[in-house]
Amino acid sequence: MAVLTGSVSAAPAKVRERRPGGWGRVPKYALATVLVLIFLLPFYIMVRNALMTRAQVASPEWSWLPDPLSWVNFGDLFADASVPMGHALLNSFVIAIITAPVGTMFGSMAGYALARINVPGRRAVFTYVLVTLMIPQSVTFVPTFVVVGAMGGVNTEWGIIAPNLFSAFTVILFRNFYLRFPAEIEEAGRLDGLGYLGVYRRLVLPNSGSMIASLGALMFIESWNSFLWPLVIGQDPSSWTAQIALSTFLTAQTINLPALFAGALVTIAPLVAMFLVAQRFIVRGIAASGMKE
Amino acid sequence: MAVSSPSSASVLSPSTRTPAAPAKRRRRKVDWRAVGAFTLLTAPVVIGLGVFKYVAIAWSFLLSFNDARGTISLGNWIGFDNYTFLLSDPAFRDSLLIIALFTVFIVPVTFVASLGLAVLVNSIRRGKAFFRTVFLIPGAVSYVVAALVWKMALFNGLPSGVANVIGGLFGADPVAWLSETSPPVYWIAVVTLRLWLQVGLYMILFLAGLQAISPSLYEAGELDGTSKWQAFRYITLPQLRNTSVAVLLLILIAAFQAFDEFYNLFGTGLSGTATAPVKPPLVYLYDSALGDQNYGVGSAGAFLLTVIIVAITLLQGKFVGFGKKD
Repeated sequence: MAVLTGSVSAAPAKVRERRPGGWGRVPKYALATVLVLIFLLPFYIMVRNALMTRAQVASPEWSWLPDPLSWVNFGDLFADASVPMGHALLNSFVIAIITAPVGTMFGSMAGYALARINVPGRRAVFTYVLVTLMIPQSVTFVPTFVVVGAMGGVNTEWGIIAPNLFSAFTVILFRNFYLRFPAEIEEAGRLDGLGYLGVYRRLVLPNSGSMIASLGALMFIESWNSFLWPLVIGQDPSSWTAQIALSTFLTAQTINLPALFAGALVTIAPLVAMFLVAQRFIVRGIAASGMKE
Repeated sequence: MAVSSPSSASVLSPSTRTPAAPAKRRRRKVDWRAVGAFTLLTAPVVIGLGVFKYVAIAWSFLLSFNDARGTISLGNWIGFDNYTFLLSDPAFRDSLLIIALFTVFIVPVTFVASLGLAVLVNSIRRGKAFFRTVFLIPGAVSYVVAALVWKMALFNGLPSGVANVIGGLFGADPVAWLSETSPPVYWIAVVTLRLWLQVGLYMILFLAGLQAISPSLYEAGELDGTSKWQAFRYITLPQLRNTSVAVLLLILIAAFQAFDEFYNLFGTGLSGTATAPVKPPLVYLYDSALGDQNYGVGSAGAFLLTVIIVAITLLQGKFVGFGKKD
C-alpha cells in the first residue's frame, strides 16, 4: 500500500479526490483571487489618480476610470519648481547604482576572506563585524550623523552613500555562502600558481554570480527606498532623493494631487520592473537574509 | 541566548591557552601572503564599520553626557541630565507607549497573515508563481509611496476616499480616518499599510520553510488518517519552528524601528506640526536631534532605544527559541 501511494498516481487520486480536482479547491482559488484584488488595489488607485484631472480627484463622486485620461500630470510633476523631482530621481539613481555594486563587492571580499583565508586574528575580525549587527540599524542615525557631519558630509551625495556601503549583514551572508563553496575549484587554481587574490578574482568571484545578483538587487531596493538617512543628511533640495521629494510634495501647502500620484508611479516603476525581471534572485536573497538574522 | 557561558569561556581561554599558542605558531609559520590577502579583502569593511559604527557610536555615547545643543563637539559635560530629561519627558514616554501598542498590533497580525498566505500559495497548483508575485510585489514599494496612497486616497477621510466608499456600500458614514482619535481608528491605516508592504516578504520566508518539509511526513500522516488541521498543527507548525522564530524576530525589530509611515502619514518633522496624534520613538529622536539640533538628547535617546530593542530581542530569543536546541 505504501509503495502504491509513492509511485502510482492513479490509486491515491481516488483517496485524495477533493484536493487535486473537483470543487474542493474552488474556495481556495476564490480566496486567493479576492486577496489578489486587495493587494493590487493600491496600484490601481495610483494609476487612476495619476491620470485624473485635479477636479476629478477632488470630486466627491467615485469613478472607476478617469475620462479623459490626463497625461499632463507627468509633465506637471517635473515642472514644479519648488520640488526638483527630475533631479531627485537622478540623485536616487546615482546613489543606488553606486551603493548596490560597491556594497555587494565589499561584502563578498570580506565574506570570502572570513570564510576561506585562515590567518591568526580571523575570529577577532569576524566578531568585530558581528557585533555591529546587535545595534539596531535605524537607531544609529544620530551617531552616524555626528560622524558624517564632522566629516563635512551633510548635503552631499557621498554623505548619503558612504555609511551604507558597509553592511555586516551582507558580509555574514557572503561568509555563509563561501563556507559551502566547493574547495576543489580553489585548490585547482592554487595548483596553477594563483595567489589568494588571484583565486578570489579569477575563480571565486565569477562563480558567485547568483549570490551577487540577489544581494545586489536587495541592496539596490533598500537604497532606492530608504528614507530616514537621506532625510537626515540631505536637507538641501539639491541633495534630495526621490523619496524625500515625494515626501515634501506630500506635506506641501497646496498639493497637486494627480501630479503627486504620477510621482509615486514614476518612483516605483523602476523597482517594480526590476522585481518582475529579477524575481528569482530577489526571492533567493530574501530567503537567505531572512534566515540568518 | 546563553549570554553568560560563552563570554566567561572566552575570558578564560586566553590566559589558560597562552602557553600552548607559541608552540602552535612555531609549528605552522605565519603565511604572510595569506595575511596580506586577508587584510586587503577585509580592509574596506573593517575601516568602514570602524568609522561609521564604532567611532560613531563611541562619539555619540560621549555626546549623550554632554550639553550638545547645535553642536556635535564634546566638552560640556552634564552627566546624566540628557537621560533624566528624556525619561521625565511625557512625549518620550508616550512615544514608547505608542510603539509598544503598534508592536502589539503589528507582530501577531503580520505573523499570522504571512504564514496564512504562504500556506495558501503553497497549496495552489496552477498559477502559483502568479499569486506569489502579486503578494510579493508591494515589497518593492517604499513606505513614502505607500503612505502617500494611504493618506491621500485610501484613508483620506473624504466621502470619495476608498475606505469611505467601501464603507458606504455597507451604509457606514464617512470617517476622518487619520485625524479621528477617539476611537483611534488611525491604527487601521497604520497597520494595514505596513501589512501590505511587508507580508509578502515574510511569506517568502515561510514558503522556503514549507518547501523544506519532507512530503513523506504528510504521507505518513495521511496513512494515520490525520485531518488537514491536524496535519497543519502537528506537522507543519513544528517543522516551521526555526522559520517562525526568525520571522517573529524580524517583524519585532522592524516594528520598533518604525519611522517612515508615521512621519509621512501624520505630517510631523522639521516643518511639521507638533500636534500629530502619534509620534513613535524614532520620530521623537528625529525631531530632537535634527529638528531642535539637540544632539545630546538625540544621542541619549538612541542609546535608550538600543538598550530596549536589544533587551526585547534577547528576551524573545529566551522565550520563543534560541535557548532550546532542536
